[in-house]
Amino acid sequence: MITDTNLRLEVIDLFARYVACLDSGNYDAWPDFFTQDCHYRVVPRENYDAGLPLSTLSLHGVPMLRDRLYGVESTLFHAPYYQRHIIGPTLIKEQGDDGLLTETNYLVVRTKRDMPSEIFNTGRYVDRIVITPQGLRFAEKACVFDSELIPNSLIYPI
Amino acid sequence: MNEVEAPLRGESIQTPWTQEGSSRIPAAVYTDRDIYERELSRIFYGRHWSYVGLEVEVPEPGCFKRTSIGERSVIMIRNRKGEVNVLENRCAHRAMRFCQERTGKVKTLVCPYHQWNYNYDGKLLGVPFKNGVKGQGGMPEDFALEDHGLNKLAVSVRNGVVFASFDHDVESFEDYLGPDILRYFDRTFDGRKLVLHGYSRQRIPGNWKLMMENIKDPYHPGLLHTWFVTFGLWRADNKSELWMDDKGRHAAMVSRRSETVDKDVTQGVTSFRENMKLNDMRLLDIVHEPWWGSPTVCMTTLFPSVILQQQVNSLSTRQIIPVGPDKFDFVWTHFGFEDDDEAMVERRMRQANLFGPAGFVSADDGEVIEFSQEGFEQDGDFSTMCELGGRDVENTDHMVTETLIRGMYRYWREVMEL
Ligand code: FES
Ligand SMILES: [Fe+2]
Repeated sequence: MITDTNLRLEVIDLFARYVACLDSGNYDAWPDFFTQDCHYRVVPRENYDAGLPLSTLSLHGVPMLRDRLYGVESTLFHAPYYQRHIIGPTLIKEQGDDGLLTETNYLVVRTKRDMPSEIFNTGRYVDRIVITPQGLRFAEKACVFDSELIPNSLIYPI
Repeated sequence: MNEVEAPLRGESIQTPWTQEGSSRIPAAVYTDRDIYERELSRIFYGRHWSYVGLEVEVPEPGCFKRTSIGERSVIMIRNRKGEVNVLENRCAHRAMRFCQERTGKVKTLVCPYHQWNYNYDGKLLGVPFKNGVKGQGGMPEDFALEDHGLNKLAVSVRNGVVFASFDHDVESFEDYLGPDILRYFDRTFDGRKLVLHGYSRQRIPGNWKLMMENIKDPYHPGLLHTWFVTFGLWRADNKSELWMDDKGRHAAMVSRRSETVDKDVTQGVTSFRENMKLNDMRLLDIVHEPWWGSPTVCMTTLFPSVILQQQVNSLSTRQIIPVGPDKFDFVWTHFGFEDDDEAMVERRMRQANLFGPAGFVSADDGEVIEFSQEGFEQDGDFSTMCELGGRDVENTDHMVTETLIRGMYRYWREVMEL
């Protein structure tokens, strides 16, 4: 168990700010949570467990994250929706030289205009968090989702 | 027709079509429950080949994958001789859909309810208490194991891709495709060993044919998909060809990427972004592969159940599984070839960002299908206007036409007798 209370508090704060950023739709600030050469993936659990390389999204580095945001905001036609992330307590599995290895359960509720809210995607974040002079950053984030069927499309980052 | 289908359901359907030809498609074709039931029985369970999977998904005897043809659950499994069988996932005893895992490896297929036990060819091997217990009960005298196997479908395997049909009188797979479509099938699947890269699954709230239409519609990619227009991957000035089989049910859209831009096709197209630059060009790191020849894109629709995708270096099969008249599951299986080096695998995976439920150019196809369905639901008297390039059905050497959609509905009207 990691007993460094300050580090734990910082991790809690990181996740709280991460989901608040997404849920408020402040996508421009989303890449700030990552290191320059990060790897962000959204991946079905069946691929992840079987060691298959395909992801639903697989973005390398902050510039590619920005390309995704441009796509979401300017090139992809889609119905708008709100997201609400509910996250569980973060399990810190390991602390080593290359950062903290953590897992955090999440549930994303989607609310489309004129529609009742619905469970959109659920799974766990499998992350590597590093300590930088600017604070904690995600060096790797894999959103490994249980959801067997994506309800039509997945547009915004989760 | 298949023996177990409800024979009378929908026999008295009135045609919703108000005109000859296939250029005006009535809303009921997308929304009506009776029409949908007839589609299941005549198209999905009738004399057509449906996609089941790739051979590499069941590498060894006893390896299986569960999937569906129409709404019927089936199991693709390799037998001891190395052949691939497709068996209906329905116990011969009391109908149980006994296989619940999606993939795995088994010694025999066992239905847990009363432990009827089948081999990889679907033969019933044994049933508990067949001869009774202490002289009591048991199966009747005339019970024979060989009468109670699993329903075994006709199977065709071509260069690693597996198709099946509930109707054993179906023509050969090669005749089913016809020579022109077969040529494009073989362009990707030429016998090289395939490597499985993974799956994406989405449920799209629209009629299953809307996805076939989407990939028979070369009109929209250069308009809806900013990425395609801007980076020349799919644009009205690209050199292209549209092919169909002689029935018009299958099609191949074949095109070549343009490096330069013809002002004609971008003027007034709001999705064209002259100054759009990627921050990271690796998303479009395209490397020509020798087997392409000159086309950079080939999208093949094999009626009724699958789309074969080659979009530059990204390869997938996209399976259509209808679940009612107003929704379908869309299952993407991405793959590569055995001789791909590490860089090529990475490239295929990076370009996969363009496709699938979150793809830069595919996520919005699902969205437009959903909203089309909503349009059909809100007015049953509506008919589409599908007359770009005329009202006929013909192969073309350009893409400013909806001829492939008309081809599919010409065939659909024949087989549906509507
Ligand atoms: S239902 Fe399968 S063994 Fe009885
Ligand atoms: Fe499209």
